[in-house]
Amino acid sequence: MQPILEVENLDIKVPDRTLFRNLNFAIPRNELTCITGENGVGKSTLIKHLIQDLNRNSTIHAQFAIPRDKVQYVPQLRNIDDEYPLNIHDFVALGFKHRILPWNSRAMNQRLREILDETKLTRIQARPLGKASGGEKQRAYLAQALCADPQLLILDEATANLDQSAKHFLLQLLKSIMKNHDLTVLFITHDPELITAYADNELHLENQTATMTKMKKGEN
Amino acid sequence: MFNYAFMQYAFIAGIFIALICAVMGVFVIARQTSFFAHTLSEIGFSGASFGVFAGISPLAGMLLFTCCSALFIGFSGEKVSRRESSISVFSGIFLGLGVLFLSLSDKQANYATSILFGSIVGIDATNLRDLVCLSIFLLILIFFTFRKLAFNSFDAQGSEYNQRYNKLISILFLIMLALTVSITAQIIGALLIFVLLTIPASASKYYAHSLWKMIGLTFIFAITGIWLGLYLSYLTNWPVSFFITVIEALIYGSAILKQKISDHHN
Repeated sequence: MQPILEVENLDIKVPDRTLFRNLNFAIPRNELTCITGENGVGKSTLIKHLIQDLNRNSTIHAQFAIPRDKVQYVPQLRNIDDEYPLNIHDFVALGFKHRILPWNSRAMNQRLREILDETKLTRIQARPLGKASGGEKQRAYLAQALCADPQLLILDEATANLDQSAKHFLLQLLKSIMKNHDLTVLFITHDPELITAYADNELHLENQTATMTKMKKGEN
Repeated sequence: MFNYAFMQYAFIAGIFIALICAVMGVFVIARQTSFFAHTLSEIGFSGASFGVFAGISPLAGMLLFTCCSALFIGFSGEKVSRRESSISVFSGIFLGLGVLFLSLSDKQANYATSILFGSIVGIDATNLRDLVCLSIFLLILIFFTFRKLAFNSFDAQGSEYNQRYNKLISILFLIMLALTVSITAQIIGALLIFVLLTIPASASKYYAHSLWKMIGLTFIFAITGIWLGLYLSYLTNWPVSFFITVIEALIYGSAILKQKISDHHN
């Protein structure tokens, strides 16, 4: 199958240094690829650069097989404090973008129910997001991204502040959603345990280059 | 009370002001930019007195000043407006300019008071017509951009990457805020606009957590303040702004109290 994203001979420079030189890799479809590397190596910068290329329709170094609409980026940090008022249901619904009228259509509400169900948020959908736990927040971010019906989902350190059980719960959820929706996931992470347990590929960033490794796994 | 035309005008104006403050207020609270609403109201005062000085209407002067500064802030990035020092500089300069324009135009001091603090006898049929037209224009704009504004306001980081034209939406929001300030100033006065723009919405977030319920509740809080304020002002001949601020403050106080009690029970 044709890869969802192909990167060829890509250089990335930031004002005071070169982050990457001559990057070459391809991201396979419907698989979970973890992007790893030391802090400051430029994992997020690489992703943001790729998204920017997609925004500008620049295809010289990075070729996406899908339109911009089908890519959702879930950022690492969000300003959600304790007093954040909106409930989970409405926060997730912010992800519907292809409608002008302010209220949701019947089909959208149906889809929303399915997504909340899939991400195990149905029971707590009326709770303000500010009062939700770290794991619940990450599931809400994931659910919001799913509303846009993406084919490629990019998660930036989604498990960074989660405890052991919440981490595994999120990844198991993600795996089953990937299977049901033919979703490709790029997951920026530091966590070796999660990579061994769930990744199909690892894209390791080091010394200005990237190495792609196919993971061998017993259960798959 | 409704035998007086100006009371009828003020009550009708109240409905539109409450509607606009309900939607815009909820977004202002979500974006945590109440301070900018405050600065805009000072800029509005300066614009109104410029209008008086230049011989155009105060409303036109306000619209001119507030929309220009909204564009300026929008293009230079909202971060500039968040800096404490730039807020003081902006507020200071515009208050100063306002005082200058007022003293250059030979209007009496009570004119300044009515721009700054509002007045119910201030609204005549022409003012009301302008106010209603502007409000309807703004409400239509809100209707068609509602989803984008909501995403942009309630999830700044998510919308930055996943919403098209997101930067443009931020700038549009500031312009809409400038319009709101100019409309609301007619009844409550330039200096106290943020009372209607931020307090009802801040209170409603303790009572409701869905977007539509927050907007509905904010509308109820705002209209209660305006209508009750107008009525009390009519009875006592005290300024309407005083009553509106007290009523809104009481509503906010009750919301905080409710929150404390429910925190205590959990």
